[in-house]
Amino acid sequence: MSEALSTALPPVKRRNAELVMLVFAIGITLFAMVEASLTRNGEMPPNLFLYGGLFGGLSLLAHVFIRFFAPYADPLLLPLATMLNGLGIAMLWRLFEATGDTSRGSAMDQLILTAGSLVVFAAIVFFLKEPRVLQRYPYITALSAVLLLLLPLIPGLGMTINGARQWINLGVTSLQPSEFAKIALVIFLSGYMVTKRDVLSLVSRPLKIGPIKVLELPRMRDTAPMAVMWGFCIIVLVILMNDLGTSLLLFGTFLAMIYVATQRSSWIILGLSAFFGACALLYPFVPHFRTRVITWLDAFNPEVYCTDEILNNSTDAFCVQAGQNSQQLVQGLFAMGEGGILGAGLGGGKPGNVPEVQNDFIFSAFGEELGLTGLMVMLFALALLAQRGMRIALASRELFVKMFASGISFLIAFQSFVVIGGVTRVIPMTGATIPFVAKGGSALLSSWIMLALLIRMSNNARKPAPVAIQDEGATQVISR
Amino acid sequence: MNKPIRRLAVFSLALFGVLLLNTTWIQAFQADWLREHEFNRRDVAERTSLPRGPIVVANEQIATSTFVEDGEYYQRDYPEGELYAHPVGVFNPMGNFGIEQTHNSYLDGSDESLMVRNFLDMLTGTDPQGASVVLTLNPAAQQAALDGLRANATNGRGAAVALDPKTGAILAAASIPTYDPNSVADLSDVNTSVENWNKLADDENQPLLNRAFNELYPPGSTFKIVTAATALENGHTIESTIDAPAAIPLGGSSLPNAFGGPCNGGAPDSIAHSIEISCNTSMANWAIELGAEALHEQASAFGFNSGPMNVPLPVTESSAPLEPDDNLRAQMGIGQGQLQATPLQMAMVAAAVANDGTIMQPYLVQEILGPDMSEIESTTPQVFSEAISADTAEQLTQAMILVTEGAEGSGKSGAIPGIQVAGKTGTAEVGDGDTHNWFISFAPADDPQVAVAVVIERGNASGGTLAAPVAKAIMEAVINSE
Repeated sequence: MSEALSTALPPVKRRNAELVMLVFAIGITLFAMVEASLTRNGEMPPNLFLYGGLFGGLSLLAHVFIRFFAPYADPLLLPLATMLNGLGIAMLWRLFEATGDTSRGSAMDQLILTAGSLVVFAAIVFFLKEPRVLQRYPYITALSAVLLLLLPLIPGLGMTINGARQWINLGVTSLQPSEFAKIALVIFLSGYMVTKRDVLSLVSRPLKIGPIKVLELPRMRDTAPMAVMWGFCIIVLVILMNDLGTSLLLFGTFLAMIYVATQRSSWIILGLSAFFGACALLYPFVPHFRTRVITWLDAFNPEVYCTDEILNNSTDAFCVQAGQNSQQLVQGLFAMGEGGILGAGLGGGKPGNVPEVQNDFIFSAFGEELGLTGLMVMLFALALLAQRGMRIALASRELFVKMFASGISFLIAFQSFVVIGGVTRVIPMTGATIPFVAKGGSALLSSWIMLALLIRMSNNARKPAPVAIQDEGATQVISR
Repeated sequence: MNKPIRRLAVFSLALFGVLLLNTTWIQAFQADWLREHEFNRRDVAERTSLPRGPIVVANEQIATSTFVEDGEYYQRDYPEGELYAHPVGVFNPMGNFGIEQTHNSYLDGSDESLMVRNFLDMLTGTDPQGASVVLTLNPAAQQAALDGLRANATNGRGAAVALDPKTGAILAAASIPTYDPNSVADLSDVNTSVENWNKLADDENQPLLNRAFNELYPPGSTFKIVTAATALENGHTIESTIDAPAAIPLGGSSLPNAFGGPCNGGAPDSIAHSIEISCNTSMANWAIELGAEALHEQASAFGFNSGPMNVPLPVTESSAPLEPDDNLRAQMGIGQGQLQATPLQMAMVAAAVANDGTIMQPYLVQEILGPDMSEIESTTPQVFSEAISADTAEQLTQAMILVTEGAEGSGKSGAIPGIQVAGKTGTAEVGDGDTHNWFISFAPADDPQVAVAVVIERGNASGGTLAAPVAKAIMEAVINSE
């Protein structure tokens, strides 16, 4: 009982606090652009008012929208997302517009994609009054998730970029369906586990060595969904699509959610053993995977880095054989080292030295120009976003919403970890996108969808219980 | 299910904790290592994005910066190629070397003394510029040194140093084999530059080594000047005699004269005559007679054993250890044994005799000029040590003149017609049968303008034949350019 009391959030609207923070977030974005432009080109950004007007206006519109349709929502969520999104736009502007080379992307594109994402965000907040309706069709959701994941495999539709087949070509634009599949899978898992929760958590078979019980193992038939998930992640994503990032992300989220549902650590031990077992098993057979591990562990080896000397003189060196090298990773680290504690200042560094810096390695560009200080701000913002999501899960009353909110929050946290950990050499590089920051429409849109879901759930968790029009004593009022 | 959610929240916070710790590690602790990593070419880009001040010798820019439009960088050029490679060094993708390294902060304009100027430049919108570094080198002497070494070094290795004995200014510092700095500084083809550099670094003849300052050789008979100076400073005169047989017994072996016979027909020989003909036995006897302390002290006064020096290029320490064993000290007296000297050190010995016993601190940088040619810094000659008395110096000068002019002089090829040259030959045994061939000298003897040391590595002839002509050419170049 005491737990229920302590997790409830006070039923207050904090919209003005949100507005103040939002103005700060917009200000930071514009200030970042001005700094980059002044440092690099010695002039004010030529389109500052266009960017300021569009980005600021859209963010403020989102705030007004929340004020009307989700007034009890957590006030931190929108400003945090806006700041991360804005910093991303500012950095892309600095990388492309400020250097005059927009062939590989542009901040204006990102801004337009942000606008589109905000429309979807508003639609979700508006139409999805009760997130629990998503619980109704777990299998349809699961099926659509699987279909989304498989789309890139369709010949003619799928596209391979940077070795991973995770894009589909829609003519005008390309889409990364896995970004949306992961949300669908969280919906499915929340619904499925809420219904199967008791079976999964209670029925078990003890694993004994002699008389000593080592582990409580779940029954085989209860492990089926997990085995399917696991097999799907590993086989389809790793082998057919070379998409290590998404498979790691999905599997990690799956384990987290099953733990939340069952509170049993045996699931985690089982899952992790299966995961690492599969990794070890696949290591010799999946060259893409092997390459990632070698470039991670041995990044500074000349044969892995591919120095000119190796490239010219050696035919059996790793990087020549694999056609892959650790230059991006190492150059990213050099960029961060160059930045040091305070950074070179926006526009003052040379982030262009890192190949494909606009994608995953945008983190190292921030590291170079904003320094450790700037990276800490980004990491704290992402951590805070995930923690606020967890808080929503705690405060919510419905099991499905608890599952869903914690799943989404963990997805944000784990996705940040997978990509930033990859860039900073904590784990092998797998290819994923920093939520809200990285370039790309699919990633941005899925981030804003997650934010919309969190905002809607936080509003519902905080909203005061409806008050009966007449005091009728024990009569319960149910809101639908 | 709040408990697992709480745990999950803590776990996801821990994930960020790992990222925070790791970025802190990379950016705060590993940063220096990353910045200096050999794969890191960032500093090259950084270093070449600004113009660099010139290095000047005799009003001529011997290192220049040119802006390359299509690459947006400044290319460092060395119009004289190999001539100044060792003292000037090079500014290339592998780093800065020589004066390019020691005076980097002036050349790239980052030095504190240029800060006000740079700040004003920033305010007025002009590009900051580096300072000019003016060297003491004499182009004719440097050229003569390099040409002479090339002509006389039979196996292509050697070094020569010339000093102005009155100031310590380094007039020439050549070392062969040398290299063309342009071949390793070309930024339009960094790969080839790096490749060439690696080839030079791996070459067993060590073309990157500045032998004039950083290679140690046994000084051979040129060290007899130091032994003789010890005698003169300890109450003897240049006419004092000591036994000078054909050979003297040393422990189990014997120490003979190079020319076989005794130095003075079997009679005791004077110091003056011993220097003229480069007598081994008499000088070995002097070393035994004078004692370990005296010899060690005198050598130290000439600059041995006084630690590494910066001129401002680093100069390796020459050593003449305290040698209590008579047999070994006899070897030291004639410049063998535990003795090790740089060519610059032996030039300082010659300079001491030339400058009435006073050694001036050697220096390579005359002055540093701002972009507007105003003086920022200028070197004032300083005394390095009072090695010997003026009287001793005068007596040694007379003995050294005999080396080039005396009837039995061992270094006659060092003589310049019409100008008195004081010199001393040296043929140092390496131990495997080869010999290094030395000549140290100064001229004109009555009003010295230049003191020289030349060493031909493993020339396997005499100092008089191989090294003296090089010294002569350098001295002539200096005297003629005055």
